[in-house]
Amino acid sequence: MVKYASLVLALFAAPLALAAEEGANAAAAGAEKSAPVDWESWHAGNDVTDIASLQRGARNFMNYCVGCHSLKYVRYQRVADDLKIPASVLSAELVAPGSNALDYITTAMPAHDAENWFGTVPPDLSLIARSRGVNYIYRYLKTFYTDTSRPTLSNNLAFPTTAMPAVVSDLEGVKQAVFRDVKSGSGADATTEQVFDHFETTVPGNMSAEQFDGFVRDTVNFLDYAGEPVQVERRSYGLWVVLYLLMLTAFAWLLKKEYWKEVH
Amino acid sequence: MAHDAMAKAANGAAGKAGLWAWINQRLPVELFWRSQLTEYYAPKNFNFWYFFGSLALLVLVMQLFSGIFLAMFYKVGADTSFDSVEFIMREVSFGWLILYMQSVGASAFFLVVYLHMYRALLYGSYKSPRELLWLFGMIIYLALMAEAFMGYVLPWGNMSFWAATVIINLFGTIPGIGPGLVEWIRGDYGIADSTLNRFFSLHVVALPLVLLLLVALHLVALHEVGSNNPDGVEIKNKKDARGIPLDGIPFHPYYTVKDIVGVCVFLTLMGLVVFFDPTFGNLFLEKANFEPANPLSTPAEISPSWYFTPYYAILRAVPNKGMGALLMLIAVTSFFFLPWLDRSPVKSIRYRGWIFKSFLGLFTISFLALMYLGMQPAQGIYITLSRLFAVPYFAFFGLMPFYSRLDPVKPVPERVTFHG
Repeated sequence: MVKYASLVLALFAAPLALAAEEGANAAAAGAEKSAPVDWESWHAGNDVTDIASLQRGARNFMNYCVGCHSLKYVRYQRVADDLKIPASVLSAELVAPGSNALDYITTAMPAHDAENWFGTVPPDLSLIARSRGVNYIYRYLKTFYTDTSRPTLSNNLAFPTTAMPAVVSDLEGVKQAVFRDVKSGSGADATTEQVFDHFETTVPGNMSAEQFDGFVRDTVNFLDYAGEPVQVERRSYGLWVVLYLLMLTAFAWLLKKEYWKEVH
Repeated sequence: MAHDAMAKAANGAAGKAGLWAWINQRLPVELFWRSQLTEYYAPKNFNFWYFFGSLALLVLVMQLFSGIFLAMFYKVGADTSFDSVEFIMREVSFGWLILYMQSVGASAFFLVVYLHMYRALLYGSYKSPRELLWLFGMIIYLALMAEAFMGYVLPWGNMSFWAATVIINLFGTIPGIGPGLVEWIRGDYGIADSTLNRFFSLHVVALPLVLLLLVALHLVALHEVGSNNPDGVEIKNKKDARGIPLDGIPFHPYYTVKDIVGVCVFLTLMGLVVFFDPTFGNLFLEKANFEPANPLSTPAEISPSWYFTPYYAILRAVPNKGMGALLMLIAVTSFFFLPWLDRSPVKSIRYRGWIFKSFLGLFTISFLALMYLGMQPAQGIYITLSRLFAVPYFAFFGLMPFYSRLDPVKPVPERVTFHG
């Protein structure tokens, strides 16, 4: 059963893999500086059946996200069960101090403090992959850049004027966004617009570009899982349900044919 | 026929002793079975389009059952609804399956009902003597729209909230009583907890009762006049010596075994959606509805579910909101008048002429185009196209008394034609 399920899932994942390649190509094209970086076409290309990736994503979430963001509909124990995380690792590495494995994953940051510090309460991320989509999160996490006009000294292409600081800059490095002027109209109507062209890294991070891309993809993958933890199981049930129904259809058709033989 | 069936049932029951006879002397079970199934004669030439009546009944039952189980865990209230839906998704055993069956089922219901209605347009099933049958069906359609709209509000997502805001505000365009009426419907000055609670009550008690009653009336009316068929021939006009229509076959077993095939194919397709893509590319469950209701944050584009978008496109095509709402109301209710708008001597598309076929073809294209346009942003080319496609939509109904009479029809055969 597992074999067939993974076969079908592989078929489902194929377009995602292609999309991932596209994203990588787009990134590569950007590096040549000839064409502007088309970040809006980047795809997350994550795979929710990749348990190792989900485990890394869970680790990333616990290290970088849970300080401010909750997953208020997800229990630690459910994550451990679904992601095959041993009980010892669960209690030692994932469950926050003072929490129980059966608790929901909630941030320790009080909401009123968050509001004072950031001007808004960081959103719960349980359903972010469903409400915004995985590609949005992927683009968001990869398009932070320095902007001294912002209180956080950073800004974002996917979510301009975001209240979230560039918390992954120690891994990715600090980026400067280079804009170019695009003129439109002519004469008195001529306007100049600042359009994003490409990023320039000013301070290198602890990770290479490929490593950071993997880091983001794993994190997005975990959020995709958290949005609908049952999704992999759902598809594997679906295979059997549909096969059963197809068989039932065949028998129903034969029964109908038998009865209708006498109708002219 | 009913009298004949009654006599047979009496004989059958009297001939047997024991429990079966005892029951039938007190409750006409056998009589009902015979008169409605084994001795109810349906035309033998039903085609693909005749699956959707029984499928609509199946979906209704599926919605009732999944709804009963959802209501065991769903907690109505502005502070609890959204959380309880996620609780069902994540913590109730197979809750995700029940929830997806209900949400996909809502879309499946409309798909099946639209195909069922289209069948009536193709074969003139609304024409005499089936006017009441058609009217009951149309009232079911209206009740279903109300049921779906209120069900859509229950998860209390952000699209639930804003769709409710937009739709209920339409009542505000009624001159004089509008603003007061809107407040009365909402039970508050905005869409609020009180609105959610009353919609829950209407969705799980009032409207299902109304729907079941209407479906019963629809079926009684159907079995009184008998089914139409792809040839639009009245099979009751040609009977054999025993009074059985020559082109009729007993509904059971012939159409029960045939409908089971339809049910299996339908369930396979529904299974593919429920298990592999329950949001159907964000068409059945919109992204914005995975964010809790937020009166301070309007979604970038508010659009209703796909099954309402043809009417929504017409609403937005008119600059004046009151006129738009009126035109939308006319667009929905025009179907009611079809039995009296259609002056053609023939029922079925098979024997109609090029004029009716052209108008029906244009109407079909317009309906689908408006459905697409209603999902797009309300700007520029989309508004222009909505206005363009609204013209053939209304022309189909408005001009029908004229073109259906001018239509060069073909002679209708005496008996049904049978294509296997």
